[in-house]
Amino acid sequence: MTDAAKNTSGPSLTRVPEMGSAPIGSAAERRLAELWESTPGWRGRLSTVDHKVIGIRYLVTAFIFLLMGGVEALIMRLQLARPDQTLLTPEQYNQLFTMHGITMIFLYSLPVLSGFSNYLWPLMLGSRDMAFPRLNAFSYWVFLFAGIFLYCSFPLGQAPNAGWFNYVPFSGAEYNTGPNIDVYALGMVLLGISTTVGAINFIVTLFRTRAPGMSIGRVPILVWGTLTAAVANVFAVPSVSLAFFLLWLDRQTGTHFFDTLNGGKPLLWQHLFWMFGHPWVYVVVLPAMGIVSDALPTFCRHPLVGYSAVALSTMATMLLGFGVWIHHMFATGLPPLALSFFGATSLVISIPSGVAVFAWIATIWLGRPVFNTAFLFFAGFVILFAIGGFSGVMTAAVPLDLQLNETYFIVAHLHYVLLGINVFPVVGGIYYWFPKFFGRMMNETLGKWSFWVMFVGFNLGFFPMHLLGLLGMPRRIYTYAPHMGWSTTNMITSIGSFIFAAGILIFIVNLFVSLRRGSPATANPWDAPTLEWAVPSPPPVYNFAVIPLVASRHPLWEDRIDEGGGRSSLDHGYLLMEGRETIGTTALDAIPDVILKMPEDSYAPFFLGLFNALLFVGMLLHWPDFTALMVLACCVSLAVWMWPRKALLQRVPDYDKGAAHG
Amino acid sequence: MAETIPLDRPLPVGSEGRRSGGWWGVLALIATEASLFTYLLFSYFYLASQTEQHWPPEGLPELLVPGVNTAILLTSSVCVWACERCLQRSMMGWSMAWMAFAHILGIIFVAVQLNEWSKKAYGMASNLYGSLYFTITGFHMLHVIVGVVILLVLLLWISLGYFDHRRYAAVTIGGLYWHFVDVVWLFVFTTLYLLPYVG
Ligand code: HEM
Repeated sequence: MTDAAKNTSGPSLTRVPEMGSAPIGSAAERRLAELWESTPGWRGRLSTVDHKVIGIRYLVTAFIFLLMGGVEALIMRLQLARPDQTLLTPEQYNQLFTMHGITMIFLYSLPVLSGFSNYLWPLMLGSRDMAFPRLNAFSYWVFLFAGIFLYCSFPLGQAPNAGWFNYVPFSGAEYNTGPNIDVYALGMVLLGISTTVGAINFIVTLFRTRAPGMSIGRVPILVWGTLTAAVANVFAVPSVSLAFFLLWLDRQTGTHFFDTLNGGKPLLWQHLFWMFGHPWVYVVVLPAMGIVSDALPTFCRHPLVGYSAVALSTMATMLLGFGVWIHHMFATGLPPLALSFFGATSLVISIPSGVAVFAWIATIWLGRPVFNTAFLFFAGFVILFAIGGFSGVMTAAVPLDLQLNETYFIVAHLHYVLLGINVFPVVGGIYYWFPKFFGRMMNETLGKWSFWVMFVGFNLGFFPMHLLGLLGMPRRIYTYAPHMGWSTTNMITSIGSFIFAAGILIFIVNLFVSLRRGSPATANPWDAPTLEWAVPSPPPVYNFAVIPLVASRHPLWEDRIDEGGGRSSLDHGYLLMEGRETIGTTALDAIPDVILKMPEDSYAPFFLGLFNALLFVGMLLHWPDFTALMVLACCVSLAVWMWPRKALLQRVPDYDKGAAHG
Repeated sequence: MAETIPLDRPLPVGSEGRRSGGWWGVLALIATEASLFTYLLFSYFYLASQTEQHWPPEGLPELLVPGVNTAILLTSSVCVWACERCLQRSMMGWSMAWMAFAHILGIIFVAVQLNEWSKKAYGMASNLYGSLYFTITGFHMLHVIVGVVILLVLLLWISLGYFDHRRYAAVTIGGLYWHFVDVVWLFVFTTLYLLPYVG
């Protein structure tokens, strides 16, 4: 039964994981660092699979996309500041708002959250990496390449121009002859690959790599949020990938899916798009709400009120989220019964969101809040969430929607939701975790300035848009006549946008200043309760010198609040250092189940990602030979990647091949 | 709580069957791929229910060849299952034989299906039915081809002596994917070949 007997020629197939401790500087700790360190220089950069590096890359890349989308928005606001402006042509305006939407929705809001989750999950769960480190690297590279791909036609003045939801027939070959829509279609299929494998990675990581004792009821809410989003992605992304692929077929090979003349149905596009699109809205807000649920209690010095209720409502929101896609199509002439059903679900969905809001308010109420920058962002978020939720409930009412559909009311609503529930928590989250990421504190004075400027600018920029909507200003118009009565409000909106942008700028300045001159951070500068604060700031490459044993929801607050589970053991635990290793535990109770061998750094993810992107370039440019070559290159990269390795014990070790066992 | 968790049991190391990450990964992959086919078939039903065209254009489909082909594909799945059973008992010769057999059956399925395609009087672009028929079966064909390649690679790995009864997670994982591809075909077959007789 025990192959555990020492065998010099290779790793054994079973062993009892050794317990111990490995303080900084000990021989064991140095060995761990050596095992997990990447090669320095560009080789290491291309081949690293460290979730912390990948997480930061996601954050930075997504933030750059936010800035690009922001610049596009400011140009639009310049154009709209006064009536009859001629800064932009109508076609340029179309491309700008489309790229703004695509960038914000697909290239910023989910990837930035994936960045947080990638960085934080293993640290919060007490693991040494994600379940699939190489897949993680792959998903980043594909995201990066897909982003570049989506922007490749922008400098040529041929960017996607049919709005981010790209309705046919306007996006069909008949009305849109250039490469614009093909870039969007193929780019989205490519991006879908990244999103899907990323989601799979999160799901398996959660179920397999939690520290012993971290049963499913003890994981932080951010983990719940990201898990729910990941599950939704697994089921929803194929829908939009398929829609875009069918559109591409229609445009390039003359199929008839959306072609009315030959029995195709444009509404098929809308169904496929919104079956994905609505869950997506929750995908980009639930993890952000998780950030707040985890960080807010730290500053309130009080555990989150109603942990289980919030965790459950997170999942309930998503389940309902799959049932509301039709509310984007109220104005399309569907049967009234369907409208009533989907309208009702859309109203009901505000209930679980309400649970979360009350949980946060109660936490603030019962706690002793510390009014620092991060807290301000989270509190500001709660206010914006309430406003955005309210205007959302208004449009869930079918009659009102028919009135407001396609006006600036919608633009206001979607910015309150997306900026309020995504951008504010994200910036707050950066203030909160920056010390962990970089080992330095952020500057508080600049921080407070950035919050107030952003908050004021945001409300000034977007609240009046509700009014514009009620005054009947349609969305997606590149200019308007002076006598419409929209001029003043538009001017205010534009000024607000620039103030908001200034706030973001202060934030960026703060980032750079703090990176250089921030005061050094201790392991747990905020006195926070969760595991990521148990390791030094910044965390060592191997995360945890020993895998901790977890006994409660707040391992670092156990001497303050007694949850009756005993004490977690953070300095004494599994050593696991025969190569890169971490513990695999059972899905619900987190009982040790297997010693997982983690892969070495590898170039395969980078090259697979690259060839994969080039394959799409080949399709876009109609180069069949090149495309075929890239398919081949992908196969080779995959074979190299998947080849069973002895070091990972994916195959039988040589030393006792054929030896009888039994 | 920390006390009640058994910490000193011997644990398997590395990719051990259903404890391996890959097994969980492929389950999630199957979930997302199954959704893809669901959306494809949704599109079919959505368009078919509203069409005024002759559906399918050539009249009711011929069932004999596709039926036999379905049986071939399912047999191939059984072979993969048998291959895994033999591995569990370290019967290397047999497991290789089953895997080779499964692979050949997969290739036969592809050949027959290609022949079916060439017999159609219409193509992707001729009419709506053609678009749907070729896209749906094309998607499935792509999965079969990927699967056939996987089976070939697994065969290679088995014959290189990489696996025996203790470590063969790759075969379990690749095999599950293949079963999935075969089950999906049942749905595609039912939709495209059997339902026209009903409706
Ligand atoms: C400085 C901040 C921002 C400003 C000034 C701004 C401004 C605008 C403007 C002027 C439009 C076009 C409205 C129209 O003509 O219909 C727009 C559309 C849009 N914005 Fe923003 N925006 C900002 C940030 C964001 C963020 C952070 C997100 C998402 C996370 C976002 C998501 C969208 C979406 C989805 C659209 C709709 C695009 C479409 O109609 O296809 N925006 N925004």
